[in-house]
Amino acid sequence: MSLASALATGDVAELPNRRQEDWRWTDLRGALRALPPASPAGEAAAIGSGPFDGLTSDQIVFLNGRAQSETVIAVAEAAARTAALRWVSQTSNTAHGGKVRIVVAAGARLVLLESYEGRGEAYVADAVLEFELGEGASVERVVLAEDAADAISVSTATVALAPHARFAQTVLTSGAKRQRLETQVSHPGGGGELRLDGGYLIGGARHADLTTVVAHQGLDGRTEQLTKGAVAGAARGVFQGRIVVAEGADHTDARMGHHALILSDRAEVDAKPELEIYADDVACAHGNTVGALDEDALFYIRSRGVPEHEARALLTQAFVGEVVDRIEHEGARDAARAWVASHLEALA
Amino acid sequence: MSMLSVNNLHVRVGEAEIIRGLSLAVPAGEVHAIMGPNGAGKSTLSYTLAGRGGYEVTGGSATLNGEDLLALEPNERAAKGLFLSFQYPLEIPGVPGLTFIRTALNAQRKARGEAEISAPEFLKLARAEAAKLKIDFDMLKRPLNVGFSGGEKKRMEIFQMAMLSPHFLILDETDSGLDIDALKIVAEGVNALRGPDRAMLVITHYQRLLDYIRPDMVHVLAGGRIVASGGPELALELEAEGYDRFVKAAA
Ligand SMILES: Nc1ncnc2c1ncn2[C@@H]1O[C@H](COP(=O)(O)OP(=O)(O)O)[C@@H](O)[C@H]1O
Ligand SMILES: [Mg+2]
Repeated sequence: MSLASALATGDVAELPNRRQEDWRWTDLRGALRALPPASPAGEAAAIGSGPFDGLTSDQIVFLNGRAQSETVIAVAEAAARTAALRWVSQTSNTAHGGKVRIVVAAGARLVLLESYEGRGEAYVADAVLEFELGEGASVERVVLAEDAADAISVSTATVALAPHARFAQTVLTSGAKRQRLETQVSHPGGGGELRLDGGYLIGGARHADLTTVVAHQGLDGRTEQLTKGAVAGAARGVFQGRIVVAEGADHTDARMGHHALILSDRAEVDAKPELEIYADDVACAHGNTVGALDEDALFYIRSRGVPEHEARALLTQAFVGEVVDRIEHEGARDAARAWVASHLEALA
Repeated sequence: MSMLSVNNLHVRVGEAEIIRGLSLAVPAGEVHAIMGPNGAGKSTLSYTLAGRGGYEVTGGSATLNGEDLLALEPNERAAKGLFLSFQYPLEIPGVPGLTFIRTALNAQRKARGEAEISAPEFLKLARAEAAKLKIDFDMLKRPLNVGFSGGEKKRMEIFQMAMLSPHFLILDETDSGLDIDALKIVAEGVNALRGPDRAMLVITHYQRLLDYIRPDMVHVLAGGRIVASGGPELALELEAEGYDRFVKAAA
C-alpha cells in the first residue's frame, strides 16, 4: 500500500492508514475520503522561481508530476554535477505523482537541490526518487519542502549506497495537511558514509512526518542522523527513525538524534527512534528529546531589550540552525538558513 | 528626583514572601551598594526590577526616572535603560555573542525610535570595548557563554553592558568567580560607565569589590528589607563584624 499505488489504481483502500504501524501517525486514508481527479498538465511558463535559483542553471522540473525533461538524473563516472530538482504542484483539488531515478556513477559527485513547491490548494502529490550510487560516489541532497497548508504530499526516496560512497541529506519542511518525507537507505558498509538530517518548522494545523529507515548490511558502515523540529499552533511533527544493523554488519557506527521544541500547548510531537542490532562490536546510539523553550534563556534575552516573539524566534532559529550548519554546500546552506528565517514568523 | 525609586516593595516567589517592605532610592550620578547574607533576597530584588516571570509583586512600587517599572515588559525596561548583570549568566547555544548583542542593541534602538546601528559601526564599537575588557574577539563569535568559565561569563556581562550603554545598572554579585586581575578589569569597565546621567546598584556579598567600585552609599539587605544604610565605611564594618547583628535586627 502506498499513495503511488492508490493513485495508479484509483483505489482509496490502497492508501496507507493508521492501522499500519509505520503509518499510525500519518493517516492518509483518514484524510482522503475519495481520490481527487488527475491533475492537469499545468503551465510550464508559469512555475515561477525556486528556492535554489541562482545556484545552478541545471534544473529538472516535475510539474504536476510530469517530467518536463529527463526522468533520469545521471552523473557519469568521475564527473560532477549540481542540479536543482523541482517538484511543482500548480493545481488545486487534483492528484498527481512523479518518479525520478538518480544514477551517480563510481567516483562521481552530485549536489541535488530539491524543492517541493506548492502553488495551489488541496492537491495530492506523490514523488518517488530512486538513488543509485556507484563505488566512491558522493551525493549531497538538500530538500526544502514548501507545500500548501491543505495539501497531502508524500515523497519516498530509496537510496542504494555503495562501498566508499557517501550520501548526505538534509530535509527541511514546513509540513502540509498530511506530509511524509521518507528516506530508505540500503547501506552496504564497506566504508560507506551516510548522513540523514532533517528539520521541521510547522505551525497552524500542519503535519510533517520525517521517516527514515537505514539497513546496515555489511562491515564498517557509518550513519549519522540529526533531526530537529519546532512545532507551534496545533501542528504535529512526526519523526520515525529506524536503523537496522544486520548480522555480520560488524563495526557499524550509527548515531541518531531527534530533538523537538514544542512551542504551544496544542502542538504535538510523536517520535520513534529505533535501533535494531544483530551484529557485534558496533557503536550505536540514539537520543531523543522533546521540550519547551528554556524560560530562563528567554528572560535573559528579553532582559537585554529583545521583545518576546523575537527572543523566541532567535532561540528557535538557533535550535534548528544546528541542522542547517551541517549542510556542506555553501549556497544551499545559505538558502536553507534563509528558508528557516522566513518560517519563524509562522511559529510566533 | 531619584533615578531608581523603590517604595515599600513586597515580592512573593511561589508561596514565600521574599521581599518584605523594601524601600530604596538611588539618585542619578550615584553608586549604591547592597550587601547582605546569602538568601537575603538580593537576587530576588534584581530579578523583580528586571521583570522576571514568577516574581509576583504583592505591594509597593518601583520607578525608573519616575516611570512605573513594574508595568513594563523586561525588554521595555531594557529599552528605558535598565541593565541587569546576572549573578548566573545564561548560556545561549547557537547564538554567537556578537549576533546576540547586535540583536539586543537594535531592538532597543527600535523601541526608542532610533535607527539601527550599521554593521561596520557595530564591529568597530565591539572591537574597542572587547579590547578594553581584554576579551579575545574570537570569543564573541562563539555561542554566547556556552562553555565559558564563570569569570568569562561575568566579563561578557560587562561587555554587553558597555555595548548597550544603559542608564541604570544592577550588578548582581559580578565579583563572584573573579580573580583579582579580572576583578580589576571588570571594575574599570564599570567605572568607565559612571557619569552624572547614570546610576548603579552594586550587589555584593563581599566588601572587596567596593575597594574598586567606590559606592556613595551602602545598604544592608536582610530578611527582605533594607535594615541599615550608611557611607562606604558601613561596608568595612560589615566585613569586620559580619551580618549577624543585621540578621537579628531583621528577624
Ligand atoms: N525561584 C525560587 N523559588 C523559591 N524560592 C526562591 C526562588 N528564588 C529564590 N528563592 C528563595 O528566596 C530567598 C532569597 O533568595 P535570593 O534572592 O537568591 O537571595 P540572595 O541573592 O540574597 O542570596 C531564598 O530563601 C531563596 O531560597
Ligand atoms: Mg543572589
